[in-house]
This record gives sequence, C-alpha cells and structure tokens, in this order.
Amino acid sequence: MIKINNITKQFGEDEVLKGISTTFERGKTNLVIGRSGSGKTVMLKCLVGLFEPNSGEIFFEDKALHSMNNEEHRILREEMGMLFQGGALFDSMNIEENVMFPLRMFSDKKRPELLERVNEVLKRVDLENVNKKFPSEISGGMKKRVSIARAIVNKPKYLFCDEPNSGLDPKTATLIDNLIQDITKENNITTIVVTHDMNSVMEIGEKIVFLKNGKLVWQGDNKEIFKTDNKDVTDFVYSSDLFKKIRSIQIEES
Amino acid sequence: MKYLRAIGSYFIMIRKVFSSPTKGSVMKELIFKEIDDLIIRSLGIVSFISFFVGGVIAIQTALNLENPLIPKTLIGFATRQSILLEFAPTFMSIIMAGRAGSFITSTIGSMRVTEQIDALEVMGVNSLNYLVFPKIIAFLFYPFLIAIAMFLGIFGGLLAGVYGGFTTLSDFIMGLQDTFYPFHLVYAFIKTFIFAFILATVPSWQGYYMKGGALEVGKASTKSFVWTSILIILTNYIVTQLLLS
Repeated sequence: MIKINNITKQFGEDEVLKGISTTFERGKTNLVIGRSGSGKTVMLKCLVGLFEPNSGEIFFEDKALHSMNNEEHRILREEMGMLFQGGALFDSMNIEENVMFPLRMFSDKKRPELLERVNEVLKRVDLENVNKKFPSEISGGMKKRVSIARAIVNKPKYLFCDEPNSGLDPKTATLIDNLIQDITKENNITTIVVTHDMNSVMEIGEKIVFLKNGKLVWQGDNKEIFKTDNKDVTDFVYSSDLFKKIRSIQIEES
Repeated sequence: MKYLRAIGSYFIMIRKVFSSPTKGSVMKELIFKEIDDLIIRSLGIVSFISFFVGGVIAIQTALNLENPLIPKTLIGFATRQSILLEFAPTFMSIIMAGRAGSFITSTIGSMRVTEQIDALEVMGVNSLNYLVFPKIIAFLFYPFLIAIAMFLGIFGGLLAGVYGGFTTLSDFIMGLQDTFYPFHLVYAFIKTFIFAFILATVPSWQGYYMKGGALEVGKASTKSFVWTSILIILTNYIVTQLLLS
C-alpha cells in the first residue's frame, strides 16, 4: 500500500502538483489518468524518488519516505520495479543482460541461477528465444515486455508504469494492460499505472485517480467513471468520438 | 552566475562519483569495457597522427635551418622537445577530447534522453558512480597511450629526417640525446594525468546534466569538446608556469 498525503511539487514558479492526497492499494491496478501536463508523470517520479516533493508525505506501508535512513531507502529501491514510457532498456546490453541487471546488482547468486530466473520472467511475459538480441533488434511491444520482465525480475512489492501502452497498436496495448494486471494479482503487489488511454481505464482500472492541472479532482473505479457527473472527468472520458457514441446510446437506452 | 552554477554542479558530480560504489564484480566488467572503448580503440588514431606529425616537425625544422653554423643535430633535438613537451601530452589530449570526449558525452546524453539513467536511479544504483567512475579508472591508462605517441612521433621524425635526406641517423640520434632533462618527461606525465582526469569527467558532466532530446545530444557533444579543450589549454599553461618556469 502506498499513501500520499498533501504532496506538492514546484519547478521554479510553476506549481505542478497542488496538494494531492490518495491511497494506492495492494493487489490492485491503480491508474493515474488526466490530460497531458496534468502532473501524472511528476507524481509518479515523486513516488519512485526521482523527484523530491516540496511538501507533503509519501508512505510505503505506513513508513514515511522522508523518515527512512539510507539502508531503508536502499531496501525500498530493491522493492520497486518501474516500466518507463520508452522502455529505458540499456542499449549496450542484450535482452538477457538487461533483465538480469537488477539481479546482478542486488544478488550474490551464481550466473546459472540468475539465468534461470531471467528465463522464467521472460517466459512469463511471452518472450522466448530473444535472450541474445539487442533492444534495437526488437519491436516496441517486445521492448515493453522486456521492460516489464526487468521490472518484476527482483519480485518487487511496488510496480510503477509510465504510459505502458503509448505508441503500441490496440491489440498489443491490451496485451500489455492484461499482463500488468495479471502480474499484480499473481504477486499481490501495489501497481500504479500512469496513462491517458481510455481502453486501459476500461480494461484494468480497479482504482482510478483523475488529475487536472496538478489537482486530484476525482477518484473511483472503471464502472464509476462512466456514471460520474464530474464535468472534468466526463470531458476527458468522452473526448473521443467512440466514447461520445457509446454515451449517446446509453442516454437513448435509458 | 550561470558559470558559477555550472562549476558547482561539476564538483557536486565529482563528489557523487566517489560515493555509494557499485558492486565490485559489475564495476570490474565496466572498467575493462571502458579501457577497451576509450584507450585501446584510440590506439589507431593516436599512432597514425603521432607518426606523421613527428615526420612533419622534423622536415619543417630541417627546411628552416638555412644557417650552415647551426648543426644538423638540431633536427633531432627540436623533434624530441616538441613531441615530448607539447605535442604528445597536450595536442594528443585535444584530439582525444574530440574522439573519446564526444563519445562519452553522446553515450551518457543518449542514456539521459532515453531515461536509462532514471532507470538506474530507480533501481537504487548510483548512476554517477556506475557511469563515470569506470571512465576515470580507464583513463589512468592514458599515459601509456601518450608514451606510445611520444615514441611514434620521434620515430616518425627520425624516418622523415633520415630517409628524406635532411639529416643523418647519427646526427638525429645525437640531437635526441642532446641536453636531455629527465624532469621534462616527469612534467609531461604530470600534465597527462591531469588531462586524463579532465578527459574522463568534463564530457561525462556535459552528458549527464544535458536536457532535451536527440538534437541536444549533438549540441552537448560539441559543447563538451569546446569545454574540454579550453580546460586542457588553460591547465597546460598553469602547469607549465608552475613546473618549468
């Protein structure tokens, strides 16, 4: 469980996060949605420690991030896995080395044992016989899956995903969404996904947090989001023609 | 103010490079890789340039000796002094700023743009130690490269001078041995170690703190070359003033 309490983040004069408070539950796929520039990625980077909030508190299982000592910070980092928007795979390493990297950094196990775990997670994300390929030799969807494999190889307690299906075709995007949800359930981890993809909202949004201009304006699940009267949310949800059509059919039927 | 901030960020980077070390077995591999990328792979260009520049120095010295009272041994002497004192340590370092410096900046800059550095940080790896420390260690082997440049530069001068008919082998060797101060070699290698540190850290600093996309990676590489060259020239002046004057 991750709890955030009134966090703010400023870059110079620009206040990007304006006092956000919410809880992300364990075993659930928690989605942070909103338009571009609403502060989603900044919030995610505050959670993983890439940015430090100007004020407010972040709790990991009731332990405040700012009160942790160096050793606790190090352990927390080992418990985190992150899927970056572009994959962030290391270009100089092949797929096997990329996935093995977190294990090599934090484990004293011998290479055959590490390789066994690497093959296990690559199989889990439906990638086999790609071990010796380099990131430049595989497709965008495969890169995302390798990135997921790298994020989960160390059996994290927290999984963070920054726009996991951006730039992917709808079928691959759905596969990635389902994979993230399945991994969350199988391992009972706290997963936070930043997205603006409505298909993801429908598919895996067990808890949805909606941000607008750095403020949390609505939270609920993927059923409630289609029933809410919050204008900011409805403007976002029904901005595409497809969802507008679905909305008009719903109104006609009711 | 902008320059003060830049200088401050450079020294903060240096401090972080030496804190929270990466796991030994991983670091060992990284150091070997950097020695290969930065030192071994520079051998070709360093050898080629040193050999021919040595030859040109010998020929130009010979062509400027019009007075018959000046001995031909001066060709060997001038070649030795130019190569040992300036060409091998200083100008080879400027060439290395273009070759290895741009490579370092563009590699680290690309990692910044594609969030690979963020990935390292999220995994709890001290990215500065992981990326920059192996380069500093690899550049400890830089004096070997400069020693090769010194040898090949003088050898190139000898071949051009003798086989070009400008001097005899015995005159050239006598010139090489004339008024040789071993401290000049010490001075050259002290400079080389300082330049090695500049070559490893300044391009890394430019790459690590760059902002923007692919276009900015190119700009950062150019900036890195300019800054590294300026620092090498300034340091060269200061060290020469301190050690030789």
